Amino acid sequence: MHSMNFDFSKNHFELLGMTPAYRIDLTKLEQAYRDIQSQVHPDKFAHLNDVERRLSMQWSTQVNEAYQTLRQPLDRARYLLHLNGFELHEETNTAMSPAFLMQQMEWREAIGEARAARDVSDLEHLSGKLRADVLAQQTQLTALLDNDRNFEKAAEVVRELKFMEKLREEINYALEAVEG
Amino acid sequence: MSYSTKVLDHYENPRNVGTFNQDDEGVATGMVGAPACGDVMKLQIKVNKDGVIEDAKFKTYGCGSAIASSSLVTEWVKGKTLDEALTIKNTQIAEELALPPVKIHCSVLAEDAIKAAVADYKAKHGEMVVAAACKG
Repeated sequence: MHSMNFDFSKNHFELLGMTPAYRIDLTKLEQAYRDIQSQVHPDKFAHLNDVERRLSMQWSTQVNEAYQTLRQPLDRARYLLHLNGFELHEETNTAMSPAFLMQQMEWREAIGEARAARDVSDLEHLSGKLRADVLAQQTQLTALLDNDRNFEKAAEVVRELKFMEKLREEINYALEAVEG
Repeated sequence: MSYSTKVLDHYENPRNVGTFNQDDEGVATGMVGAPACGDVMKLQIKVNKDGVIEDAKFKTYGCGSAIASSSLVTEWVKGKTLDEALTIKNTQIAEELALPPVKIHCSVLAEDAIKAAVADYKAKHGEMVVAAACKG
């Protein structure tokens, strides 16, 4: 414990000993997280003085945040972009490509119609199609972030994935409403 | 989270929901989307010969605040010239609807939808304006 080095300037990847990339080994990530957390677990704070205890807790919080960010694909992509100086501006960037937005409208209409018709198989069909689309986007994102390092285009793909995440939620709500 | 009475009013009785035929004379469309919440908004304006917006319609897939914001701006743009419509700011929308900070992006979406619709109109009619000017 005393040899613990609290370097708060480390980024999430450095902190967990991972190479900064979109494609990561989730098992290795979880192992690294568990290893560090076991060293700074609050149960081990009892014998420490106030300063050491506070530092340990801050460290534990930071490690936790790093882990939570890196384990989620979209959060990991957003963080990688941030490290490379690209922000998504999700709140204010509304200028998606018109073709993409038109597609989103069509998706929403199709989900709405299937829900109104209480058509479970149609909703499941939409769900499967969406899953395939998301997978294709994630493959593209891996290439853009890890190989091409085209961060501008990658940011656009992440923004599009945010809309697709919303579609997934909408399909799930619809399925719950129809089946429940 | 609780919605303001004005948001609820627009949400329960949205004004001007629908679609114009995109090919109709004077019709222009603005499509925008907010990655933060996955909301999509389509705002259409119908502009008369004098350059005044005489009608507007919207279709929004999103939360109550997004629907209320778009419903409100369809009312606000009617009777305005294109340039006047461009002066509508998201802060005015947010204030009118008493949107909480987490829903400000809904008003940003509505402001940007107006801008996108006006830009679409200008892109479509740019040539015609120039042609008319050349005649004089």
